[in-house]
Amino acid sequence: MESYKQFTWRKVLFILGLFISLIVIAITAVSLGSASLSLKETVNAFFSLVFPVESSDFAQTVVRQLRFPRIVLAVIAGINLGVSGAVMQGVLRNPLVSPYTLGLSSGAACGAALAIVFGAGTIVFGSFFIVTNAFIFGLLTMLLVLGISRIRGTSIETLILAGVALSYLFSAVISALKYASGNEQLREIVLWLMGDLSGATWQSILILLPIMVIFSIVALSYAWDLNVMGAGDEVSISLGIKVGRVRIINLILAAILTASAIAYTGIIGFIGLVSPHICRLIIGNDHRFLIPASGMMGAVILLVSDTICRTIIQPTELPVGVVTAVIGVPFFLYLLMRKRRRWWQ
Amino acid sequence: MVAVKLRINDVSFSYRSMNALDGITLEINHSEAVSLVGPNGAGKSTLIKCIDRILKPQKGAILLDEENTAQTDARKLSREMSYVPQNNVEVFPFTVFDIVLMGRKPYMGWRVSQKDIAIVAQTLEFLEMEDFGQRYFDELSGGEKQKVIIARAIAQEPQVLLMDEPTSNLDIKHQLEVMEIIKDLVRVKRISVIMAMHDLNLAARFSDRIIMLKDKKVFKVGTPETIFSIDNIREAYGIEAQITTGQGGKPVVIPISADRNERG
Repeated sequence: MESYKQFTWRKVLFILGLFISLIVIAITAVSLGSASLSLKETVNAFFSLVFPVESSDFAQTVVRQLRFPRIVLAVIAGINLGVSGAVMQGVLRNPLVSPYTLGLSSGAACGAALAIVFGAGTIVFGSFFIVTNAFIFGLLTMLLVLGISRIRGTSIETLILAGVALSYLFSAVISALKYASGNEQLREIVLWLMGDLSGATWQSILILLPIMVIFSIVALSYAWDLNVMGAGDEVSISLGIKVGRVRIINLILAAILTASAIAYTGIIGFIGLVSPHICRLIIGNDHRFLIPASGMMGAVILLVSDTICRTIIQPTELPVGVVTAVIGVPFFLYLLMRKRRRWWQ
Repeated sequence: MVAVKLRINDVSFSYRSMNALDGITLEINHSEAVSLVGPNGAGKSTLIKCIDRILKPQKGAILLDEENTAQTDARKLSREMSYVPQNNVEVFPFTVFDIVLMGRKPYMGWRVSQKDIAIVAQTLEFLEMEDFGQRYFDELSGGEKQKVIIARAIAQEPQVLLMDEPTSNLDIKHQLEVMEIIKDLVRVKRISVIMAMHDLNLAARFSDRIIMLKDKKVFKVGTPETIFSIDNIREAYGIEAQITTGQGGKPVVIPISADRNERG
């Protein structure tokens, strides 16, 4: 009994540790960038919003309008992807599932590519069009996958296979769009497919923040159901869980989290797959802790990656999807080899 | 007078086009151990799943304490019946303590209460598995795994425990251990246990009554001594068998040969 409590406490400590690291990294990230500002200037620029401190207009613009929204976007998108990855893997009882395998990423990408090719009239309206189209396509893909599997009783295998099949279909459409599009559009599609956080605005954050908060809390409220569902549908039903309903609710909420994030950032699918696994390796499979930990881990990975993207070769930027994989994969492999235990079968 | 705990009233079930249960009517008493026996495909597992509402019968009713379970709230029902599956699925390994704690799901909110932790600890103690709490499920032997799954079902504090072949895949020692646990459960916790069994001799030794199924129907119901006769075994399983008397006067079935003519 005592060792059980100790065990729980270690997990809470891990999540707290991640949260504190995230804040430290965020503060560091604000002071880094092409326009060199000292930490003091950065802090002043930020606090001049509420306190009467000295701060130049330039510093204020850079910090408040450019860097800060971008950092917050990285954190929110990272949390969304990390949480939804943990939920999807748990609810489908499959460690290989991610927004990619369920066709969500390709669906959203297809929506974005369609918007880029056919709708990019004016710049302002164009970007709004891309975001909404990507979100709607991502969500519709999930509903389509659910619909297809429902005909055969929402079995996990059909769900995953339907997702994989649809993702091939959307990839084909994207290839066709790339082939048919002109130089400028092609560049934009490719950029979208690799992920890019430079479009961050306060407006996008105002939309994403409530989505993140609400759906992460809902996901967390299903933590026990996800734990039990790992033991199979029959046992779950016997323990009073309405399996079909829980599965559909959780997949839809995971889809909303993912689709809303990648609508603004482009494809960053890797975090949804790996962030839950990194946390499983460290704190185990209890979703009460795994969901928040995976969210925090996703935020840390995405924020570190994006900060590297915009600072390593100034003044140009690297695509964030590339950096995420380059730093995330070795870290993941290191944990995988170091640990004696397997955390999934 | 014995109190009837569970009434199974003319229950029929079919998977898509294939009929699996055909008009099953049974009564299970309070605090008794009942074994479902019969050849493969007779409907043992299906009946167990229908009783626990994992499968919904197309016809008939299951009454628990004279109340139709079809209308019972899922959470309430899960406090009254628990289920030990034939195969254990565990994709993401948990500790033994966590798995047994899942048996408290029907009683818990999000937080784990002191009471839940205490019940899990007691259950592990009951099964003499106190030292297993922090071990990981995937590192256990088949017999230990089965005991953990039974522990989860016990922590659920059911009045009816349903088990689908609890001793398959176990060595002889673990088979006996599991059956002793079941016997203790019936005696100490006064619950009713319904188990699908392939091992007729274990069924004979540890059950108060035997329900023999054949061709999706109830074939015979009675004490082990009356059910395990040469004629009944031949008719249900299509084999020739010898019956002797074992420990405590319980019948022991010795299969002799598969009677191909009888199976037709």
